[in-house]
Amino acid sequence: MSDVIRLHFDVAGDNLTEAGAAAGSVKKVLHQLGVDPAVIRRVAVAMYEGEINMVIHADGGTADVEITPEYIKVVLTDSGPGIKDIDLAMTAGYSTATKRVREMGFGAGMGLPNMRSYSDEMNITSEVGVGTTVEILIYTGKDRSPVNMAAEA
Amino acid sequence: MGCINCIKRCPTEAIRVRHGKAKIIKERCIDCGECIRVCPYHAKKAVTDPFDRIYAYAYKIALPAPTLYGQFNNIEDINIVLNGLKHIGFDDVFEVARAAEIVTAASVDMISQGKLVMPIISSACPAVVRLIRVRFPNLIKHVLPILSPMDVAAKLAKKEAAQKTGLAPEKIGVFFISPCAAKVTVMRDPLGQEKSEVDGVIAMNDIYMKLAPIIGKIKPEENLVKASLKGVGWANSGGESLALGKDEYIAVDGIDNVIKVLEELEDEQLTDIKFVEASACVGGCVGGPLAVENGFVAETRIKRLMKNLGPDNTQSEIPEVALADVLWSSKLEYTPVMKLDDDMLTAMRKMEQLERLAEDLPKLDCGSCGAPTCKALAEDIVRGFGREIDCIYKLRERIRKLANEMVDLEENLIAFRQDEQE
Repeated sequence: MSDVIRLHFDVAGDNLTEAGAAAGSVKKVLHQLGVDPAVIRRVAVAMYEGEINMVIHADGGTADVEITPEYIKVVLTDSGPGIKDIDLAMTAGYSTATKRVREMGFGAGMGLPNMRSYSDEMNITSEVGVGTTVEILIYTGKDRSPVNMAAEA
Repeated sequence: MGCINCIKRCPTEAIRVRHGKAKIIKERCIDCGECIRVCPYHAKKAVTDPFDRIYAYAYKIALPAPTLYGQFNNIEDINIVLNGLKHIGFDDVFEVARAAEIVTAASVDMISQGKLVMPIISSACPAVVRLIRVRFPNLIKHVLPILSPMDVAAKLAKKEAAQKTGLAPEKIGVFFISPCAAKVTVMRDPLGQEKSEVDGVIAMNDIYMKLAPIIGKIKPEENLVKASLKGVGWANSGGESLALGKDEYIAVDGIDNVIKVLEELEDEQLTDIKFVEASACVGGCVGGPLAVENGFVAETRIKRLMKNLGPDNTQSEIPEVALADVLWSSKLEYTPVMKLDDDMLTAMRKMEQLERLAEDLPKLDCGSCGAPTCKALAEDIVRGFGREIDCIYKLRERIRKLANEMVDLEENLIAFRQDEQE
């Protein structure tokens, strides 16, 4: 008997209304497993941002979720344009989103920075023209994200 | 087998049909009243108090929800309805609309003191508060910690009457006249306080049956209207926000829409909003399952009555009420009803089993098993209150397999007999 649950989702491209569906499913599963609601919220928000990113920049991709009693890992993989300068992309407010996407209320340049602040560890690997993989790790035990620590203070 | 209308519409998957009867899983039910509304056979009823219960009290006070004013055609004066209530047996009335204005004043007070977590979610709809308690633990801190207008009205009505009559509080009975199925539960299992002051909840349709035949003859002899248009407006979705005077609000109604908005709030997709007014019923309280009139018609009537009242009709000042009297005295606690097990590893095992079972079910969500979806049946099996053969397709499969086995056996028997004959 393994103590890990793996979930796989395909995130359809160019459909902003569907974006967030995977995060919604994961949220439900985490509630059924009895994970701390504060942790669930962080996973859901980070994953939602990731889904939106894949939809607006990469024509969709996949989301793989690993749930264990210790941590929740989300791996978002796409074969989109890739990120040229990851440090720049991580800057709050920096955005390469199209005008159309911005008009829809997305692409404010907060996606990746938000994802980082909601996760305990985040890892981005990307190759221009090949695609991007974002790995998010959130521990289920102590709530230690900088966002929550700031909110508590 | 049984009818499956209600199980399909329940927003918390709280109903199962067993032996032809719908059963409610109590911990999951949020009292939204959706099942009562959708049942074409009127099999589900809200449990309310019979009118005669008022006679157990020496002094009987009606607490009419403002929705009551929208139930009658051609009534231009709220006073007629209020005088009517005295005609049918009440000694006094205390408008819940007036209590709503007190709630608004307390809300403004708390907002200006910066004591609330933004965005604030209204606590007026008990079904929404219960929904948050079972499904949106992260939003609990946003819920306005102020008693509902019904509870505030009950408290004040009793106090005022005790002063006026000199009677002991237990001789004074306060009865909420309700369009809402959830209010009955609130009286028995209060939200935000240990004990509700409400002595009974009478269904609005029961009161309507008594009032309708005489309403045309009632004269507005006594002036009983004390609420202004702000309080009366609470009957409609958006009324509480309007009374608050905040621009950055959203008013969402209908339980499915409410769930959508709460999901977005939880995932921080809704920004720039300060106040969320959410009602389980379409149109707000006017759409309640115990109301008589179509909610949309009632909404229009309420609006007309508000117009008649004018902006500053308040005939008595809003009574000075200490904030402490209307604040919640007990906290809202998260009740994780969806959790598969207290131990996470066991829960994970059950989850794996659930996924396997769900994969094996036909995914038609036909409801014949009594659960709303195949996945819900899988969950029931894992939780120990369902069987795979509750699924009609699985049962048929099993029977076919058994039948085939019997045919095989029978063939053996034939072969055996042939051997014997030879």
